[in-house]
Amino acid sequence: MSVVVLIPPALQKFTNNQAKFECDAESVGDLIGVLEDKCPGIKSRICNESGQIRQFINFYVNSEDIRLLSREQTKLQSGDEVSIVPAVAGG
Amino acid sequence: MTQATVTQKFTPTFTKLVSKEGGVEYPLEALYVCEETFSPLEVAYDYEAIRQQVTREKIQAGPNSIWRYKAFLPVATDNVIDVGTGMTPLIKSNRLARRLGLKNLYIKNDAVNMPTLSFKDRVVSVALTRARELGFTTVSCSSTGNLANSTAALAAHAGLDCCVFIPADLEAGKVLGTLIYNPTVIAVKGNYDQVNRLCSEVGNTHNWGFVNINLRPYYSEGSKTLGFEVAEQLGWRLPDHVVAPLASGSLYTKIYKGFQEFIKVGLVEDKAVRFSGAQAEGCSPIAQAFKEQRDFITPVKPNTIAKSIAIGNPADGVYALDVARKTGGHIESVNDAEIIEGMKLLAETEGIFTETAGGTTIAVLKKLVESGKIDPEETTVVYITGNGLKTQEAIQGYIGEPLVIEPKLDSFELALERSRTLERLEWQQVLV
Repeated sequence: MSVVVLIPPALQKFTNNQAKFECDAESVGDLIGVLEDKCPGIKSRICNESGQIRQFINFYVNSEDIRLLSREQTKLQSGDEVSIVPAVAGG
Repeated sequence: MTQATVTQKFTPTFTKLVSKEGGVEYPLEALYVCEETFSPLEVAYDYEAIRQQVTREKIQAGPNSIWRYKAFLPVATDNVIDVGTGMTPLIKSNRLARRLGLKNLYIKNDAVNMPTLSFKDRVVSVALTRARELGFTTVSCSSTGNLANSTAALAAHAGLDCCVFIPADLEAGKVLGTLIYNPTVIAVKGNYDQVNRLCSEVGNTHNWGFVNINLRPYYSEGSKTLGFEVAEQLGWRLPDHVVAPLASGSLYTKIYKGFQEFIKVGLVEDKAVRFSGAQAEGCSPIAQAFKEQRDFITPVKPNTIAKSIAIGNPADGVYALDVARKTGGHIESVNDAEIIEGMKLLAETEGIFTETAGGTTIAVLKKLVESGKIDPEETTVVYITGNGLKTQEAIQGYIGEPLVIEPKLDSFELALERSRTLERLEWQQVLV
């Protein structure tokens, strides 16, 4: 499924400074693998040594936090927008 | 910005930014997230340098604002934004204390903080001071209301351009209370977490100082002043117990840091302080994690009238859990009806009109007392963080109506008798 991924500044050095990245993936977990193929080194920033998404990184699919969906198993549809955002809040 | 024209009368004491997970160090710029672990960055200080600069006497002789604690705050010059923020009353409670059965209850009343009637003026004063030092000319924030008010007001005072982002369903009082200062206000059709996410993306493309995003490490340090002031106002001693609201967890953990810093530099004696936290049931990711004895937070979708603390994905949630557990405090939640009752209870016993966040804190205080989790002898400080005039919609319909009469004496006598009858009926419903 063709999706658009919004990349935060901290990860843009892996995507040639692009803030938007298009690729094909079936699920969020799949997407991380695809990103690693195309932008080597990015996975070790997103995931810890056990391969789980780090606690301070949020993934949103069309503005929904994946922890409220199916986490890494969240299925992606064509045209979905996936946002990777560091956890910041308060205000 | 011409550094040469700014007089440096004191030596800054902050030294670097440090990742809260893994300890990677970063320079003192507009950075907020660790590139290795994505964890938040925290300002680090040279405590020996602070110790040499502060004494109780020097602080007492300082400005009647948060800036009397400047040695503990992350600013590099004397050119601070000071409109008298902070040094809000610490009130010894009589009637609320008696109603709850507590002997030593104090209320820290930021409902009257200057200039925008919430604790946010503290963190924004620090953030905008630092923003100016770093050369930002436009400042911004993502806000549930109080932060927008404060950022817009202090930006106006400082002559900085301002653009604030809020959820579109924010209370009218808070929207008005931002628009008056003439910033650009962007009302996003979504909840606060979605506003935050959008702002992270805006921050990537515009070189703006987002007080609670790329300036967050400096911004959040302002909350320590809530701890400093209580320690000073109690006569240079720490309380036994504090109850504070929990949104992102930042205020709560920074009050703890503030107490620890005062101990570290020798301004107060070391003693244990229990930290309890208050959340609304309709958005209680931290309280749920505490109850279930988890050390991770599961985000929730907020659904509560306490919009100012409705953060479904609290960035400092895990640190708040840590503070509560290691100090022997409790993190509790209350429902919307209890929040309203909390607002009314505080107003009717102490004459303080707080917003829904304050109602939440009072309701949790009451809940903790009723479940035997507060010793009546403990010196307990409850933090009231915002003014009730800002959330009038929440209380509308729960506080009765005036008695309307003709301009005649007998009309008045009838109404008075009626009001006394209504009071008697209310009394009869109160369980003793």
